[in-house]
Amino acid sequence: MASKVLMKGNEAIGEAAMIAGCRHYFGYPITPQSELPAYLAKHMPKRDGVFVQAESEVAAINMVYGSGGTGVRVMTSSSSPGISLKQEGISYIACAEVPCLIVNVVRGGPGLGNIAPAQSDYFQAVKGGGHGDYKLIVLSPSSVQEMADFTVLGFDLADKYRTPVMMLSDGYLGQMMEPVALPEATNIKKYDKPWATIGARGRGQNLISSIHLVPEDMEKHIEHLYKKYAEIEKNELLYEEYQCGDAEYVMVSYGITARICKTACVMAREQGIKLGLLRPKTLWPFPKMPISKLAQSKNVKGFISVELSTGQMIEDVRLAVNGLKPVELFGRTGGVVPTPNEVLTNVKRLFSIK
Amino acid sequence: MKDKAKILEEVKTMKKVATRPKCLSDRTFHYCPGCTHGVVHRLVAETIDELAIQEKTIGVAPVGCSVFAYWYFNTDFSQAAHGRAPAVATGIKRSVPGSVVFTYQGDGDLAAIGTAEIIHAANRGEKITVIFINNAIYGMTGGQMAPTSLINQKTQTSPYGRDSETMGYPIRVSEMLSGFEGVKYLSRVAVDTPANIVKAKAAIKKAFQTQLEGKGFSMVEVLSICPTDWGMNVPDSKKWLQENMIPYYPLKEFKAPKAEDAKGGE
Repeated sequence: MASKVLMKGNEAIGEAAMIAGCRHYFGYPITPQSELPAYLAKHMPKRDGVFVQAESEVAAINMVYGSGGTGVRVMTSSSSPGISLKQEGISYIACAEVPCLIVNVVRGGPGLGNIAPAQSDYFQAVKGGGHGDYKLIVLSPSSVQEMADFTVLGFDLADKYRTPVMMLSDGYLGQMMEPVALPEATNIKKYDKPWATIGARGRGQNLISSIHLVPEDMEKHIEHLYKKYAEIEKNELLYEEYQCGDAEYVMVSYGITARICKTACVMAREQGIKLGLLRPKTLWPFPKMPISKLAQSKNVKGFISVELSTGQMIEDVRLAVNGLKPVELFGRTGGVVPTPNEVLTNVKRLFSIK
Repeated sequence: MKDKAKILEEVKTMKKVATRPKCLSDRTFHYCPGCTHGVVHRLVAETIDELAIQEKTIGVAPVGCSVFAYWYFNTDFSQAAHGRAPAVATGIKRSVPGSVVFTYQGDGDLAAIGTAEIIHAANRGEKITVIFINNAIYGMTGGQMAPTSLINQKTQTSPYGRDSETMGYPIRVSEMLSGFEGVKYLSRVAVDTPANIVKAKAAIKKAFQTQLEGKGFSMVEVLSICPTDWGMNVPDSKKWLQENMIPYYPLKEFKAPKAEDAKGGE
């Protein structure tokens, strides 16, 4: 195993991206993700890479559209308000099937909000964000190690399915430092891209486009996209279960919050409370079946969606539980992060556990 | 009346003086009668043929009447969101540095919603070529006021004429970009007369050559007519362009590469 390096989450993404073969980054400064462009601005030129600070998030995502269309591995990153600005471009990218990685280091919102960690962009990431019928693969790391690993995974999935991938991180994970075992460059898979717009040498025209003027053609294209999404749902779901085997109460939580919930699980067991955690690593596809299975288990009395929002993921938890068991919410929002003790106290309160 | 076989025999002996450029696909234009997009498409296609760059050219289509520009060029193409063509072109060129990348944009696309993208691509000196069609109106959406619509010009959204008091003044994009260091070739031409079409062709060729030589950003603003949305026939449209547009938007080569700008080329 490779030796570990102490890195910030944002920097780990940058290093992992370059290991994954990404040599093109287009972005616009915004806190709390600035370490990522700073890292790439420093290291891309040394590896013959391209770093462009665009005039806006809007321009940056459209540079990604052009660059990804040529078949190179390309990424952009931003934080909540900046990701909002990118949504039109993301919709075009999804429709035109341009592979790329989009990192959202989520901060408190709505509006300008603040620069503290939040998970209030869940709907935007998972339910579409931009206009039209499309999906993003949404990866949710909960450690600096996963920031690196999911970057590599994200580029692979983007190429494999010719689709944009979003990493939904937060200000906490972006800023904190942890030891990371960096991914091995030798494990990076390369994909043929005969569709890339690199000049029509000895072949007909390649076209990157999202316009389908005839409604029947547009419908056919969307059906093609959704066939692909069905494959992704079948093959690419990732989640982790922690102390769920005999659990009476199951928290569903992702990202940094899941780590707080893990500690709350340990504390609960010390008090004789059978508390478990299901942590989605992919938010889309969402672990519907694993949650449904837990809902059908005789042990489980209820679910708690623990999120840094007023309750967004809880809608997907409820859909998966489908009325079989009660689903409650514990959420802090606006950049406030609860302690493990606060999580446990609220789990006990919500289900009147003595 | 001559029989068909005899006519075909005669045709064989004739000298071919004009032909469809290799780069221009054999497809009927979707543009309105009298529209000058077809003329400009042909000039771009001729240029690509003459410079023998078809296999390394990537076009970027805008949103507007020329959204389907890719139907007419036998080159790779990317279709950009409204106004974003210079950003898309930046992404392509930075990823395939040996390619020739051009955008084809109207005045709404380039001078309104895409103002930031054109200014910054020009200022960065992106090695791309921009063909900017200025016909002082939004065509595809049905004739609304463009940023380049003239004072007193009546459009769907300035039905009493453009009033500078509430609608501001027509933007002179070329004048604005002419001060940028990154801009190496910049010209305003018109396609109203055969003589001006010849000049427009020369400017488009220079713009592409500027890119090929790796000098920096190049743009040609082409004053064009829109008979349908101007509500005029073609001769009147040309007259209107000559009497109203050219005085406000003078035809001029603003910038051309100097010898010291050469950086070896691609």
